[in-house]
Amino acid sequence: MKQVLEGSMAIAGGVKMAEPHVISAYPITPQTHIVEHLSQMVADGDLKAEFIMVESEHSAASVVLGASACGVRTYTATAAQGLLYMEEVVYNIAGMRLPVVITIANRAISAPINIWNDMQDAMAIRDTGAIMLVAENNQEAYDMHIQAFKIAENRDVMLPVIVNVDGFVLTHTFEVVETIDSIEKVREYLPPLNMEYKLDVENPYSFGTIAEPSVYTEARYNLYNAMNFSRNVIIDAAKEFDDMFGRFYGGLTDSYKMDDAQTVIVAMGSVLGTVKDVVDELREAGKKIGVLKVRSFRPFPEEEIVAALKNAKNVIVIEKAICPGKGGILSVEIRDSLFKHKINSVSVNGYTLGLGGRDITPGNIHGLVERAEKEENVDGEFIGLSQQYL
Amino acid sequence: MLTKEETHNELFTMGHTGCSGCAQSMAVKLIMEILGKNTIATSATGCLEVFSTRWPESSWKIPWIHSLFENSAAVASGIEAALKVLGKKEDITVLSQAGDGGTADIGLQSLSGMFERNHDVLYVCYDNGAYMNTGYQRSGLTPLDAFTTTSPSGKVSFGNNRPKKYMPEIAMAHRIPYTAVASAGYPMDLQKKVKKAKSIKGAKYLQVDVPCVPGWKYEPKYSVKLAQLAVQTGLYPLFDAEYEKIISVKKISKKVPVEEYLKLQGRFKHLFKDDAGRAEIEKIQKIADENIERFGLI
Amino acid sequence: MDFKVGIIAMPGAALSNKTGSFANEVPVFMHKTCTGCNLCIYFCPEGVVYGDKKTKIYDFDSDYCKGCGICAEECPVDDIKMVLVEK
Repeated sequence: MKQVLEGSMAIAGGVKMAEPHVISAYPITPQTHIVEHLSQMVADGDLKAEFIMVESEHSAASVVLGASACGVRTYTATAAQGLLYMEEVVYNIAGMRLPVVITIANRAISAPINIWNDMQDAMAIRDTGAIMLVAENNQEAYDMHIQAFKIAENRDVMLPVIVNVDGFVLTHTFEVVETIDSIEKVREYLPPLNMEYKLDVENPYSFGTIAEPSVYTEARYNLYNAMNFSRNVIIDAAKEFDDMFGRFYGGLTDSYKMDDAQTVIVAMGSVLGTVKDVVDELREAGKKIGVLKVRSFRPFPEEEIVAALKNAKNVIVIEKAICPGKGGILSVEIRDSLFKHKINSVSVNGYTLGLGGRDITPGNIHGLVERAEKEENVDGEFIGLSQQYL
Repeated sequence: MLTKEETHNELFTMGHTGCSGCAQSMAVKLIMEILGKNTIATSATGCLEVFSTRWPESSWKIPWIHSLFENSAAVASGIEAALKVLGKKEDITVLSQAGDGGTADIGLQSLSGMFERNHDVLYVCYDNGAYMNTGYQRSGLTPLDAFTTTSPSGKVSFGNNRPKKYMPEIAMAHRIPYTAVASAGYPMDLQKKVKKAKSIKGAKYLQVDVPCVPGWKYEPKYSVKLAQLAVQTGLYPLFDAEYEKIISVKKISKKVPVEEYLKLQGRFKHLFKDDAGRAEIEKIQKIADENIERFGLI
Repeated sequence: MDFKVGIIAMPGAALSNKTGSFANEVPVFMHKTCTGCNLCIYFCPEGVVYGDKKTKIYDFDSDYCKGCGICAEECPVDDIKMVLVEK
């Protein structure tokens, strides 16, 4: 059924279709609408779940950790400071191999305090061992949440999945979303969670034991392997979703007008809409330009990125987060991927913009395309600074 | 009749690496005897977690989970919610455990949340009065004038300069259905309180005084004696409460001066050097006397 | 993929760890004045004392006893004594 939905409603709707048993939440802008919608669904009896309004994000993550360890499906959502506060627990959830799904309504990190969108929060937790997907629009956000549970709960993955959704830009914006009418069909796509090891009085295992130097490395290696393995699982989950529901957004990456592209813009999340509009214009003007969308940031789609970029000349990477003391984050990983594959003919230019909710305009993108042709391997340079404040 | 084989079937088994004479392992054993096999337990980071679950070993024969230092109560909240969903809550006790640091310091927020939401969880604080697992650093439950490695005594210090935070009253202030204070020195009293807690629905708080051999610096054989002296001096009042109302206190049979308790412990030995130290002992005696008065221990 | 490694342990697996090696002293239950009060069972931090009220015959599991001496210290009728372990 086609509906005009706020991004948060779409996310809550997608989560509802996955039928989580325990949901915990602590409010933080711009995540609030998501959990408000879910709590209303529970209050109305439309979603049968325990909804636990906790006293902090640390406990929000800890509650779903405990519930997930009992073998039930769990969900929470947060943003920015809340995510940093729960980071310790996210590492723990991943380390204990629990298939929790978490939404991040991506937002800038304080100080200075700023409630608007960028991706610094997501970048701060990129090594936790959680799978990190990024949604481009409300429709993908809806679908991606259903896929997220399937990926997390795969027996050979068993890792938390974080779905990144741009705060305000998506969470508070209304778009047409086609929702799924048949819960039976979703249940077929996403069968009930069946965990081999769980907290169960009939089979009383001990979870979260102390791992001495003799075994800690192996435990981390197993997690590392599971993350690598999840690449295929993410792709399969997308394909199977396409087969059953007729919508596909790429597996780990997606290409847009990439045939013969000499210039490629790489981006994640909602900014892709603007980028694609600009690329349409430039293509019409005869420019060989395309877009590479990164849909899975963790695991990092190295092979796909190399395959997509190896014949390009200029790559423009939209950096919505910054690594002080180095530069870009996404562009560094892309450059490293190409370097590993001995490709040195591609200039990878990372530009930092869109921080703390500043709009990324078509004009900005045009400007980057012009610049990139004259520059080489820009490392996260800030774009559009107001000179009066410097 | 308890046979040798039967002792191997305890729900908290021997073979853990707790110190010789550890009163915490004694308390855990006594608590598990009452709670039985239909129990799911959480442990905060700390001695108990480290000495009972060194992979691939585990002393637990019930489902048990350790997550982090400060979230034992939140993890237990999640377990309780999951059991409700699974329709198993009526048959299973959720036990949440932490030390005094994990309870009264870093874990206080998540514990307060669990209390306020009134989850059907029995929370047990094993109080040995410092961060023993990391090497005897002070916590909010370290008693006045105790030497710890971060509140050492010295030329201008008598050790920890603050009295113990009164954690049971913080629990009671949440108006949870049951709060109790017990001691490893009084096993029947402890087990009676656990039994009562098990029978009550909602959030329960149980604080157990568990002397620590290396942290308090005494001979292992004195663990029980010290736990009993803490009670008999008035320094560790045992009582239980329903909501905000105290329903029973363990009376002191024969009041003992605090000196008798302090002198057995290396962590207080600096108080016995000179007159200034004696004056500090008087302050500790005053704490005991106030407890006796406030709780009507005599 | 065996993800249990370092994370999940089997119930009661600690029994494989014979902590009796910790002990410098071990108790001797003399069975002379015992009243069957069971305090030695209650107070044993390891749970290694066994026996019963009726026969008043108690003993301990030397595989696991760490020799803390609490049983001897707390025995109200001095029917337990500690002796050095011959190593």
